[in-house]
Amino acid sequence: MKRLLVVAAAGLALAAPAAAACPKTSLPKLENEVMCPVCQGETIAQSDSQAAAQVKRFIQGRVQACASEAEIKRELVAQYGTQILAAPPRKGFGWLAWLLPAIGILVAAGVMALLARRWSRRAPEGPPGSPALDGPPMDPELERRLDDELKRFE
Amino acid sequence: MNARLKLGAQALAVGLVAGLLALLIWKVAHDSGGGAASKIDHGKIAAAPGFKLNRLDGGGDLSLAALRGKPVVLNFWASWCYPCNQEAGTLEAAAQQWAGKATVVGVDVRDATGDARKFLRQHGISYPVVHDNHDSMWPSYGLTGLPETFFVDPHGRVVGHVAGQISAADLRRGIEEAQKA
Repeated sequence: MKRLLVVAAAGLALAAPAAAACPKTSLPKLENEVMCPVCQGETIAQSDSQAAAQVKRFIQGRVQACASEAEIKRELVAQYGTQILAAPPRKGFGWLAWLLPAIGILVAAGVMALLARRWSRRAPEGPPGSPALDGPPMDPELERRLDDELKRFE
Repeated sequence: MNARLKLGAQALAVGLVAGLLALLIWKVAHDSGGGAASKIDHGKIAAAPGFKLNRLDGGGDLSLAALRGKPVVLNFWASWCYPCNQEAGTLEAAAQQWAGKATVVGVDVRDATGDARKFLRQHGISYPVVHDNHDSMWPSYGLTGLPETFFVDPHGRVVGHVAGQISAADLRRGIEEAQKA
């Protein structure tokens, strides 16, 4: 009897963590990462179609069977193809979609850094009251008229 | 140094634009609604896009090339599609009626295989059915919805197309047309 109790306790101790780990994911977590098979650019969360409802049922069933997110996605791809995933796979041609934005950001940052360096070199500070550095000196008559006009606003 | 940098940046920009343009052209070419449906609907007869897919109704695979010599009725369907459920009996009756003279083949697309097998059992489907697990048939046949049915002549050319639920009369007409071709 004592031995039986020990075995039962051990069994319970092993079963508890397994039960706690299930379900491993959920439909709300996955439905924004899975596309509707027949809608243009809609995830199953956004679609009310029969096809989307079928995918939701499939996911719900697999969640209840304690399948992990990766397993469910793998099974979906096996049945519907890679287009079923909202994010492209990180292999082959799919890498382009992941790398291009990062490359674009890096290139844009590089170009901005270069331009900023050039602009900061080009604009040395002149003494106060000196004529504009980029243009020809102002006509004295025009400068006098401008001063007169500005005085009217003071 | 500055001139070289400028040249490099310009080359990079041109390269990026060219790359994006190439992607756009590729996308337009693949989404142009081409495919067999568009060709046949414009009165053109084109070779039926080939396939070799796993059978849903048993082991192994089935290729279109293996069916040459007799007309083939290619019916695209999915278990979630209501009109597909409505036409299943008509297709099964035609498959039995034309047995030996024409082959009806079901192509299950954008569907869960478990539900698809249940569909076959529910409707007592006896003709061969394949499952397109790479979604390659949808673009190559230019499908716009489900169900859609194509008639392929004994030489492997698409000679007829019906979008939507098919009737017994449509099936007879399509098979006869494919036999004549």
